[in-house]
Amino acid sequence: MVRGDLPISDLLRIDFVDISDLAQTSGEWLRGGGPESDIVISSRIRLARNLAEYPFVNQAGPIERHEIENTLKDAISGISGNKLEYFSVDEFSPLDRQFLVERQLISREHAESEGARGVAIDPSERVSLMVNEEDHLRIQVMHSGLDLESAWKEISRIDDEIEKQVTYAFDDRLGYLTACPTNAGTGLRVSVMLHLPAVALTEQVEKIFRSLQKISVAVRGLYGEGSQPAGDFYQISNQITLGRDETNLIDTVADVVPTIIEYERKAREYLQEEKKEVLHDRISRAYGILRNAQTITSEETMHYLSRVRMGINMGLIKDLRIPTVNELFIYTQPAHLQKLSGSEMNSANRNIERARYLREHLDGSGSDNGGSTGGSGNGGSLA
Amino acid sequence: MKCQYCDRTATLHITELVDGKATELHLCKEHAQEYLTQADAGGTPSIGAPSALSQHLTVGNTEEDLKRLDQKVCPVCGISFYEFRNSGRLGCPNDYECFQQELEGLLLNIHGETKHVGKRPSSGAPDLSSHTQVIQMRRQLTEAVSEENYELASQLRDEIRDLQAAFRRQRSGGGQDEGADAGQ
Repeated sequence: MVRGDLPISDLLRIDFVDISDLAQTSGEWLRGGGPESDIVISSRIRLARNLAEYPFVNQAGPIERHEIENTLKDAISGISGNKLEYFSVDEFSPLDRQFLVERQLISREHAESEGARGVAIDPSERVSLMVNEEDHLRIQVMHSGLDLESAWKEISRIDDEIEKQVTYAFDDRLGYLTACPTNAGTGLRVSVMLHLPAVALTEQVEKIFRSLQKISVAVRGLYGEGSQPAGDFYQISNQITLGRDETNLIDTVADVVPTIIEYERKAREYLQEEKKEVLHDRISRAYGILRNAQTITSEETMHYLSRVRMGINMGLIKDLRIPTVNELFIYTQPAHLQKLSGSEMNSANRNIERARYLREHLDGSGSDNGGSTGGSGNGGSLA
Repeated sequence: MKCQYCDRTATLHITELVDGKATELHLCKEHAQEYLTQADAGGTPSIGAPSALSQHLTVGNTEEDLKRLDQKVCPVCGISFYEFRNSGRLGCPNDYECFQQELEGLLLNIHGETKHVGKRPSSGAPDLSSHTQVIQMRRQLTEAVSEENYELASQLRDEIRDLQAAFRRQRSGGGQDEGADAGQ
């Protein structure tokens, strides 16, 4: 649910384009529903596709890039099951591009590159299609919680509908051909985003992820390739795309998720039983800092929000809901803060604005925390 | 998973961050040691996605072989194998055909397989060579215009248009291109 006190309609009014349909809701994946959503934030699948009659994006000239964009724009508008709106990323300001990156609707590479390119987004923000990223088309479907099966059904249907209208670069032997050979074959990347604060606190992260790499599963931070695991968020995904079918690749990732969830639950149990006071103290302090800081960096915010999120899930904080915290992770990112306040700010001013925003939204009297126990004071309300 | 430089099993898996780009490395004990020694010496280890490929290609190839490989150029998009080695990105679908031999080992190292299993277009695999021919013709068209050979340019433009129209007919008519357009 969207909180009434957030001017989301303004947030999503991107310069000259009013994406009013998007403004009706925040991203579905942020709402914290879905199976195992206390630990699994989202299930994402992407498909890489290219048109057979054009060079890959890195070799395409300006005219070809426009033709690719137009061809795919037409094909996207022909998709019947989703209400998609197309935006030209090239026409957005750097701030708006960053905003879409923070929202997980486009990649950093797509934001930072040049030339004709775009993104189609559905109002629930569950589906996004990037045009002229590394490949001509990158289809992405993101569901809340652990929900890979329905994400696959949805993305495969979208892929089918586009394929009826264009000719994909597909080879009998090698499958879907992509600009980078690491994506060839299925063009499929399955990513599950997990929140693992207790695993991180008990210093088991490396051990778990070393064992994952043995079975060709990669681990990345919140914003994908090359990003740091801020806020104890980790994405696990398949490395191989060729030689196994989509279901098999999805299962490779899906099969390890329950084990990681179990690790996290065991770590939380251990902390609650063996380190109860220290844990309570750390969570209380985190909540206290977020509710009282006068200036705070994005990294610090992620760090403390992670602890608060764990505190809610462990029943130690009762006057705050998970969707609120999930949204705060995103809304306190630099571009979101600037869109929310309606002005561009330097880093120092952003830190002040971030602290103000957090105080406002974590205040016990705030309108967002249904079932609030009205906790106030420095330490926050703990069980 | 195999080491990306030899046939031994990879025991060390590294995600390397260079300029914000992550590169995954899968190395056997020996190659891992080489990599770590280079890193310790303060230099940038000469292993990354493109250079990993170049290292991979050095196995069993003399310097002359490599020079010859690097000069191989895709007639469709015009990129050389050298350019691919440096950027890690191919130029067009035809590169998979043109550099087939060179890519085979790389695909095997990355995926452990070289044969696609899974989803296929409902209309089957397209005739790729006729589609990539258009890529080549567009390149020729740009050249003709820059050389002010407008007669050739106009001829190429018409041919491209005809081919694209034929592709559209194939798509809408499921391959019966002549019939699909008859009533238009």
